[in-house]
Amino acid sequence: MATETPSTGRRAGSVGRWRPDFFRWFTGLAAVASVLVLGWIFWEVFREAKPALEKFGLGFLTGGQWQPNRERYGVLPFLVGTGATAGIALLIAFPPGLAIAIFLSEDFLPRPARQFVRFVVELLAAIPSVVYGLWGIVVVIPIVQAVGTWTSERFGHIPLLSGPAYGNSLLTAGLVLALMVLPTITAISRSSLVAVPHTLREGAYALGATRWEAIFGVILPTAAPGVVAATILALGRAMGETMAVAMLIGNSSRLSWSLFAPSGTLASLLANQFGEAEGLQVAALMYAALVLVALTLAVNFAGEVVLRYTERRTAGIR
Amino acid sequence: MDNPVTHAAGFFGDNSVESTKMLGRSLGNRLLTGLCIALSFAAMIPLASILYLVVKNGLPLLGWSIFTQLPPAAGMTGGGFGNAVIGTLIMVGLGLAISAPLAILAALYICEYEPHGRLATAVRFTAKMLTGIPSIICGVFAFVAVVLVTGKFSAWAGGVALAVLMLPTILLTSEQALLGVQRAYREASYGLGATRFQTIFRVVLPEAVPAIMTGVMLAVARAAGETAPLVFTALFSQFWMSSLMEPTASLSVLIYNFSTMPFEHQVKMAWSASLVLVLLVTATNITAQLVFSKKH
Amino acid sequence: MTDTMTAAPRPAAVAPIAPAEAPDRRTIISVRDFNFFYGNKQALEEIKIDIPEKQVTAFIGPSGCGKTTLLRNFNRMNELIDGVRHTGDITLAGRSLWDPALEVITLRRLVGMVFQKSNPFAKSIYENIVYGLRIAGVRDRATLDETVERSLRGAALWDEAKDRLHESALGLSGGQMQRLCIARAIAVRPKVLLMDEPCSALDPIATARVEQLIGELKKDFTIVIVTHNMQQATRCSDQTGFFYLGRLIEFGPTGKIFSNPSEQRTQDYVTGRFG
Repeated sequence: MATETPSTGRRAGSVGRWRPDFFRWFTGLAAVASVLVLGWIFWEVFREAKPALEKFGLGFLTGGQWQPNRERYGVLPFLVGTGATAGIALLIAFPPGLAIAIFLSEDFLPRPARQFVRFVVELLAAIPSVVYGLWGIVVVIPIVQAVGTWTSERFGHIPLLSGPAYGNSLLTAGLVLALMVLPTITAISRSSLVAVPHTLREGAYALGATRWEAIFGVILPTAAPGVVAATILALGRAMGETMAVAMLIGNSSRLSWSLFAPSGTLASLLANQFGEAEGLQVAALMYAALVLVALTLAVNFAGEVVLRYTERRTAGIR
Repeated sequence: MDNPVTHAAGFFGDNSVESTKMLGRSLGNRLLTGLCIALSFAAMIPLASILYLVVKNGLPLLGWSIFTQLPPAAGMTGGGFGNAVIGTLIMVGLGLAISAPLAILAALYICEYEPHGRLATAVRFTAKMLTGIPSIICGVFAFVAVVLVTGKFSAWAGGVALAVLMLPTILLTSEQALLGVQRAYREASYGLGATRFQTIFRVVLPEAVPAIMTGVMLAVARAAGETAPLVFTALFSQFWMSSLMEPTASLSVLIYNFSTMPFEHQVKMAWSASLVLVLLVTATNITAQLVFSKKH
Repeated sequence: MTDTMTAAPRPAAVAPIAPAEAPDRRTIISVRDFNFFYGNKQALEEIKIDIPEKQVTAFIGPSGCGKTTLLRNFNRMNELIDGVRHTGDITLAGRSLWDPALEVITLRRLVGMVFQKSNPFAKSIYENIVYGLRIAGVRDRATLDETVERSLRGAALWDEAKDRLHESALGLSGGQMQRLCIARAIAVRPKVLLMDEPCSALDPIATARVEQLIGELKKDFTIVIVTHNMQQATRCSDQTGFFYLGRLIEFGPTGKIFSNPSEQRTQDYVTGRFG
């Protein structure tokens, strides 16, 4: 007769004995595999990029010419484009992103209003990149082209604003990118603001501060590292964004200083040329991919470090 | 005793300098609040524009035929994107089949067995770094690891790329879900003499399933909308899927291809596909939130 | 919370102020027919009390009796919570706290508060103390420096802090942080200092120092202190009010309340029969 304890269902001398150890190994294996995936990605990309690495070395990063037919490859224009679009995106998205985060963490308006705005921001985050691209083509490109033409006629002597103004341009990509990273800035900033202990707010108000004096004087400074982390992570996201940028930036391999000229980013380069590349071009593209991975990983790592620091700091206040 | 009025006046220091400063402070305060509210609602404008256009441009072509027909040739009208819908569902399903078990098992390990060990720290760190990898790199990786090895573009390659995309998300949310199961439950189980394995399977996992499902659904919603991982792994196809080892259509790649075509009908199809995709993604997200809030 | 706008207008209370128990002391805060509600729940019932100037008044009573709620009305901090309302009035030096001409931010400068758990800002010691002045627009470095020294001396923290004024306030010990919060509160020269169980998170030695400080502070400030520690009330206060279930049961000189109270319930509480 099997002695079975009803509540645990364990039978004496049963199969259950060896199973725990096996299961531990099994899950442990899965854990190891997860870690190896990152390494595997690096390794594969690195391996394919080797021919280009050997041929171009670090000059790849400073070379300004990307000419597949001449086998000359340099990613400087794309590095600049990546940095510029991400920079524009952050510049545009940061003030509203932070403002919305403040709005969501304070009670200027009753809760339904806040929930609505929160819903809007979440929806913005859920829209696929291609749809942003499609929308950008139809809505943003004409606007930028019109504004660009107007501006370059008047201020064209400034290199940044010089014409001719194309719709597919650095600025267009930057604008749509701003919309895409706004939810990131808002979400992380908001949770930092909300994490500021209530007692600190009360302390500020008890000293006779107005709402915004409390926000600027106490709440924001305390939440500042979290806001910084939000920005860094948004930067990482902007740098890696591919489809919307590829559809809007014009995909030029030439370095240009104008906001209204077509440009390219590392990600859009890959999206555009990978399908039809052969031979050395593939290796060069892999090299570019390696650079992109290294960049985004570095930025995300920095963001995580700041986020970790923030958590430790606010914990100390409680 | 003092006349209360003069006492009050001196007490409160009523003088004009003080009160204009006060006025300035409260005026500035109100201005900033107004600005903040305005900016918050301004975020609605682009979203409203996107949703409006997606519905306005996408709705006309939406009909039963859209899901039952194949994409039209360039310049032709009619047709649908039934194969793209199926392709998206299948490749997301493949990605899920690969990544979810791996991610959940790994999360189990780092939560239940050695939460503070070096492996656990490495796993968490890797997962966080992986979430930051651009989605196109997932595509590049799958290209090298599957397409080059098998010699063809395929749904499997697309599935692998999506799996790499979903893995870190499912891992991190599963870990959170498992952590959310209170210690009291585990201790009750151990206290009754259960083994670790039994506790995990009979007590912890069932408790954590809703939250794990939420994480999975959020990952699915994201993967369904991704294009870059599929562009040169699954490529595209004008035909119904006949095998997993062939180029496969997907909604996102269809939108990408069609939106830049100089044909009005194709662009309209891109809008319709966008509508379907946005609905799919939103429905998945909402379901995920509902599952989560039902539990809590 | 409304920004700096006051609540519904109330008639300015310019009624004569009744003298407190000690006839030579002016009353500074006067509460009349005060009822307070959190939504539908009534927290305070028909409170009538006169707080004398430049003395220490203690509010005692079991948990949930309303003593902290009343305290937080003196600087209108309860308005940070949604759905609160009151009837009756509280006046400060004859003027209603809800007088439309009185900005709540002015009121809070005049009536300062020290909280149960010390809450220094994540800034330096110096910046913590001058925060109240900065928001009032004071920029002159000399004034700020002088205020910092005066306040830290007043809070018996100067010797310990003077060499680390620009280091983070979070590096101080618990007792020091609470004294910093006191220094921060007195930096803006309030007339009244409200203290909500200021020692409950402190060890006995830090508690003793703060209590000693209270004895010195009352020369310059009126102090109202909420405490659940009856011995503390005996040590520190001149007047004591005993609250129970939202009502003020008895109010009078501390000695009388603890040795010979008029009400039976007061007697029961102070002798530890309940609470």
